[in-house]
Amino acid sequence: MRISIENGKLCDPSNKLDGKQDIFIADGKIVAFKKKPEGFKSDIKIDAKDKIIIPGLVDLCARLREPGFGKKGTFKSELNAANSNGVTSICMPPDTAPIVDTPAVVEFIRQRARETNRANIYPLGALTQELKGEQLAEMYLLKEAGCVGVSNALVGIENMEVLRRAFEYANSCGLTVFIYAEDKKLKNNGVAHEGAISTRLGLPAIPETSETIAISQALLLIEQTNVRAHFCRLSSSRGVKLICEAKKRGAPVTADVSICNLHLTDMDIANYDSNCHLQPPLRSERDRMGLIAGINDGTIAAVCSDHQPHDANAKCAPFSLTEPGASTIEHLLPLILHLVNRNEVKFEQAISLITSQPADILGVNKGVLEKNNGADLCVYDPSANLSIDKNNMLSTGKNTPFHGWELQGKVTHTLLNGEVVFSTD
Amino acid sequence: MTGHNTQLDKNGNLKHFLSIEGLSQPLLHTILNYAESFATVGKRPVKKVPLLRGKTIANLFFEPSTRTRTTFELAAKRLSADILNLNISTSATSKGEILSDTLHTLEAMHCDMFVVRHANSGAAQYIASQVAQHISVINAGDGRHEHPTQAMLDMFTIQQHKKDFTKLRVAIVGDILHSRVARSEIHALNTLGVNEIRIIGPHTLIPKGIEKLGVHVFHEMNDGLKDVDVVVMLRLQHERMRGALLPSGNEYFKRYGLTNERLKYAKTNAIVMHPGPINRGIEIDSNVADGKHSVILQQVSHGIAVRMAIMAMVMGLTNDDKNE
Repeated sequence: MRISIENGKLCDPSNKLDGKQDIFIADGKIVAFKKKPEGFKSDIKIDAKDKIIIPGLVDLCARLREPGFGKKGTFKSELNAANSNGVTSICMPPDTAPIVDTPAVVEFIRQRARETNRANIYPLGALTQELKGEQLAEMYLLKEAGCVGVSNALVGIENMEVLRRAFEYANSCGLTVFIYAEDKKLKNNGVAHEGAISTRLGLPAIPETSETIAISQALLLIEQTNVRAHFCRLSSSRGVKLICEAKKRGAPVTADVSICNLHLTDMDIANYDSNCHLQPPLRSERDRMGLIAGINDGTIAAVCSDHQPHDANAKCAPFSLTEPGASTIEHLLPLILHLVNRNEVKFEQAISLITSQPADILGVNKGVLEKNNGADLCVYDPSANLSIDKNNMLSTGKNTPFHGWELQGKVTHTLLNGEVVFSTD
Repeated sequence: MTGHNTQLDKNGNLKHFLSIEGLSQPLLHTILNYAESFATVGKRPVKKVPLLRGKTIANLFFEPSTRTRTTFELAAKRLSADILNLNISTSATSKGEILSDTLHTLEAMHCDMFVVRHANSGAAQYIASQVAQHISVINAGDGRHEHPTQAMLDMFTIQQHKKDFTKLRVAIVGDILHSRVARSEIHALNTLGVNEIRIIGPHTLIPKGIEKLGVHVFHEMNDGLKDVDVVVMLRLQHERMRGALLPSGNEYFKRYGLTNERLKYAKTNAIVMHPGPINRGIEIDSNVADGKHSVILQQVSHGIAVRMAIMAMVMGLTNDDKNE
């Protein structure tokens, strides 16, 4: 299959690509920029006039709900949604059912990924068996089976001795540890950020310290064990500062944030909107500004969708009884471009946050536009208007907190390994 | 996004009664005035008015309660309505689909009103958003959020003793963190324009950002009680005395229990209220609970009149419809 994309504007900040260039793709790879190679005859010609071409998006955290939660979503439905938004690489947390703590589950996921063939799927393995925080998982075997890192998902490890040994062992396997920092005891079954809003609504509150204490503990052990660590989905301004300081001391850490926490605050819970019941919780505007500052000073290197599709019943109950999470993967790009339109983040940086930088964290050669590299890319129309309507979503989960938002930037084509996996033509 | 005034219909009349927050001062006065007209019904030989004859009311209690349920039942009966009592264990409805199934089943029985108590904040609003158009929902307490009928009966009781709300200084003492009564009272008192609301308790029982609801926070009982006209004591649940919130009931009583000694800091004609049931010797001394400042039993009888008024109003009746 030979594809040419013509008249478009290229943007790949990691390769300092910026400007009008045609792209020529053959047999899954980019074979040339600008000049058509001799004898190149395209089977498909994509006219990208007035459009922008960026690397395929790399999402550091999306739940595809397989295996185990088929009524909330499947590889097919969720990757369809992902492709419609230019996402071509996805990192999956290990809290599927069964949990990704044996090579067999990794193999199952990889097989489903091959069958579906709609994205590069990068599973994280469990850090401890059954995520119980007691015994180490078979990290080396998980790595051999194809895991790009290890994580205890949303389950905190209370025993610091276990956490220390898990970090040491992961380090000896050359694995990055992905940490979601949340102290369960301090969270105390809370469902909303502790502050005036949770007080007014009478919702059990989650203090900021449930995040910052977990970060501090992990940082001390990271600096002791020297394991490479990535902090997932920060929610507090002070959390960002802790990581910023650790980076300055030379600790081998990176961090990301969910797109929801960059746009929404606890104010958006308004009148118990269960679509704003998220984990981590939406915090204050001060925290949101702290996260934006963390992006701008480089502490936060990636923005993920934290895609968590739910069936309607999961969100239909009094707030505390609903399941946390939002269905976001099909709006990641326009939502991050919205931060650019609001002058909170620069354009090139916004693109890096969802392409090359998350790929670097995963240690995979994706999220870039390079000759002889697999052609994963996304063509979008920056001036097309997009109104988010939960009823028109491709994901099985209609649980978006952004229903009714008017954004700009619509993906027109998504290519995975040189094949068109999404097109509006 | 749903607005907070889902409880009002398009003409601004009460459709549901879910929270004090979002209701206007004139509406609160209307409720108080209407309740006044029901206050004598209980003293008559025939304790009934036919206002809600033919209406069916379901008491949906997802959390156990005796007092509140009984006063709602009595209020409904005095309005000549038929009443169903349903105690639904929360475990059976922890999944959303089951809760909405329960509601639809009751709708199919042609109920006109649901009186709802639930352990989770926002449950009354959720239920109001799920039920058919013709059904009205009254919140009989949702989690830590609101208990608006309790607040209205407390306002009614205050009004019986103090004529002008705007001059009043009110202290609410105890477990504000878990108290839906406190939140509803704060909204009601602010809406009625009281001079000052004080919250008294240890840091562990005062939720963060409560000042934004329009209160002054005190941690010392005597300071907080100084010159107040009304003292509202909150019940301290037994489970709060274990764990990390408080060391013991005994120590709590030493610091925050209301005794006659402490009451001397308040105005000489101060009234003492409590939503009940009281823990004697934990939050309040028996001498105070049974003493001349206490209006605790009056609160209970006012509860019936106030609930009659609210039930009639959500069914579209007003003072003019009263059939004396």
